[in-house]
Amino acid sequence: MDGQPAGDAEERSAATDAERRSMAREAEPRPRGQETAQRPVGPEAEGRPVGREAQPRSVARTARHGPLLPAGLAAAVVAGLAAAPLFLAPFATTTLTRILVFALLAVSLDLLVGVSGLPSLGHAAYFGAGAYAAGWISIHTTSAVPLPLLAGAATGALAAAATGWVAVRAHGVYFLMLTLALGELLHQLAQTWDSVTGGANGMAAIPSAELGGEPLRLAGYVYWYVLAAALLGFLTLWLVARSPYGAALRGIRDNEPRMRALGYPTRIYKYAAFVLAGAVAGAAGGLLAAQERLVTPADLGFTTAALALLAVVIGGAGSLWGAALGAALVILVRDVIGPDLDGHGTLLLGVVFIAVVYLLPRGAAGLVRRRGR
Amino acid sequence: MGDWLDANLVGVVNGFAIGFLLFIVAVGLSLVFGMMDVLNLAHGALFLTGAYVGAAVVGGDASWGGFLGALGLAAGLGLAGGVLLSALTEPLRRRSHLDQALLTLGVTLVVAELLVIAYGDDPLSVGAPPGLDGSVPVLGAAYPVYRLALIGVGALLAVAVFVLVERTDMGALIRATVADRDMVAAIGVDNRLVRVRVFAAGSMLAATAGVLGGPIYGARPGLDATILILALVVVVVGGLGSVRGALVGALLIGQVDSLGRSLLPDAAPFVLFGSLALVLVLRPQGLFGGRGVARA
Repeated sequence: MDGQPAGDAEERSAATDAERRSMAREAEPRPRGQETAQRPVGPEAEGRPVGREAQPRSVARTARHGPLLPAGLAAAVVAGLAAAPLFLAPFATTTLTRILVFALLAVSLDLLVGVSGLPSLGHAAYFGAGAYAAGWISIHTTSAVPLPLLAGAATGALAAAATGWVAVRAHGVYFLMLTLALGELLHQLAQTWDSVTGGANGMAAIPSAELGGEPLRLAGYVYWYVLAAALLGFLTLWLVARSPYGAALRGIRDNEPRMRALGYPTRIYKYAAFVLAGAVAGAAGGLLAAQERLVTPADLGFTTAALALLAVVIGGAGSLWGAALGAALVILVRDVIGPDLDGHGTLLLGVVFIAVVYLLPRGAAGLVRRRGR
Repeated sequence: MGDWLDANLVGVVNGFAIGFLLFIVAVGLSLVFGMMDVLNLAHGALFLTGAYVGAAVVGGDASWGGFLGALGLAAGLGLAGGVLLSALTEPLRRRSHLDQALLTLGVTLVVAELLVIAYGDDPLSVGAPPGLDGSVPVLGAAYPVYRLALIGVGALLAVAVFVLVERTDMGALIRATVADRDMVAAIGVDNRLVRVRVFAAGSMLAATAGVLGGPIYGARPGLDATILILALVVVVVGGLGSVRGALVGALLIGQVDSLGRSLLPDAAPFVLFGSLALVLVLRPQGLFGGRGVARA
């Protein structure tokens, strides 16, 4: 709650009152998952900090507004995105495609960082694993549309399943360190496993994705393919985040011992979230392979993982839509402003990193809704 | 056993050289975390700074003056960097580990990119000082003298740090702060100065390790991440905040890394990960970590 600007006196007293009541509620035994299951999800609903969020008043208020506004906004955004290639130059379309790919990665990371409270520093590993798998399938078997994507998702899930069981045993800072180490180890593997990954040169000459036997060559067609797949990924993550399972993940984020005491198998829940996020990141990697048609070890690297985390944090962890906005900002800085700085966009991103930590502790979504840690 | 040792002696000695170098890097990371609860991801950037100082000052054909000058310059830069990082992370003390990690990650990106701007993308090599640049026969195999010298210097530094932390009043204060920060503050010790000093000393060690490791690793973009990961693995294996743990962990990981590369070149990352996983499953708080630290 610290660092929250004080409102007017009435607001403040209402807040303390609400907090007191919510603390009183904390003390009462409660049927499992009641608080978290009722917590509304989405930008509109999360306009209030945790203490007040649990209030019936705020739930009722949300119900009255209904999900109409966010739904309308989402529909408008989707329509705008779908129409974009009709108005944009090919370069802008390609940049937008990159943004969508990276946004899917960032949103999958947000499921870990924001929703489940698992700050992973190695999430790019599953993105890269998916990209390599999709590229390999495209080169050696087929690039007919859903297959490379599915291969990417499956590989991402497998890699996350193989490494995640160690990671989710750890808490707090250990989790940060472990995911960082795991990501870097997969990065090194990509660099040394020449026969499959092409080593430091990367996997080049990946054929275009094919739809009904026709290769997708124009930037606009690739864009629509990526858009459709990315929207499917966003929808999956959004549905998971607002399901009872997502509510349980939030509960684990806020108070794991209590969730365990309530009978939730918290470690299995976290493991499942880790694998799911890995699968979506792998799918994003599959889209990357289809769009760039080149996969390099850098796609698994520390910098990619750090930028994905930056996107999540700029956007405000836990909101999912914020992560997508953050991803757009990161890619714009790297690919549009970066070339004007002699390719040193990373420098600017590093500065953004530092600035965000000091100036925007809750991210852009935090400007809309404020919640305690 | 004898045959195996003959065949792999070079790998074992290499492992010791890398192990001592890792100890110099990891001990700062471990103490900074143990004392201040700060995960300093800029630690690799400090090493990289040292490596580039070595490449710029020493270059390909080294002299003793250049090498010692580079060590001094790196030590100075490391000290300054440590004080700066300590000042940067101080306002974030009450925030989450993620915020500190992000801040230091940002610092890493900035430092690494500035070094690329200054020195370019190509790997640079650093020569060993004269007298140490040759090789000596070790059981029939030629072995670089510099790595043997590095083992000596590393062992000396390890002993010095060990004595400082385990046998002096200052060290007692450091260990007490690692064990229970709030209690040390509650009995009236103002440990802010100790914190800054440990941060500065740890950073200085990391930067000098960059120069010392120069003849082995050279200086190249991405080296910071490699070293940071190895140091993190060392710290996790050894236990956060423990000097003894950092030493044992570093020597262990040095061997695993070196022998893994020579015996199972394709599976080296798996061997490293496997040993990390094994330690975490058997002893989640690390080999020498106290339970309190592990819960932090």
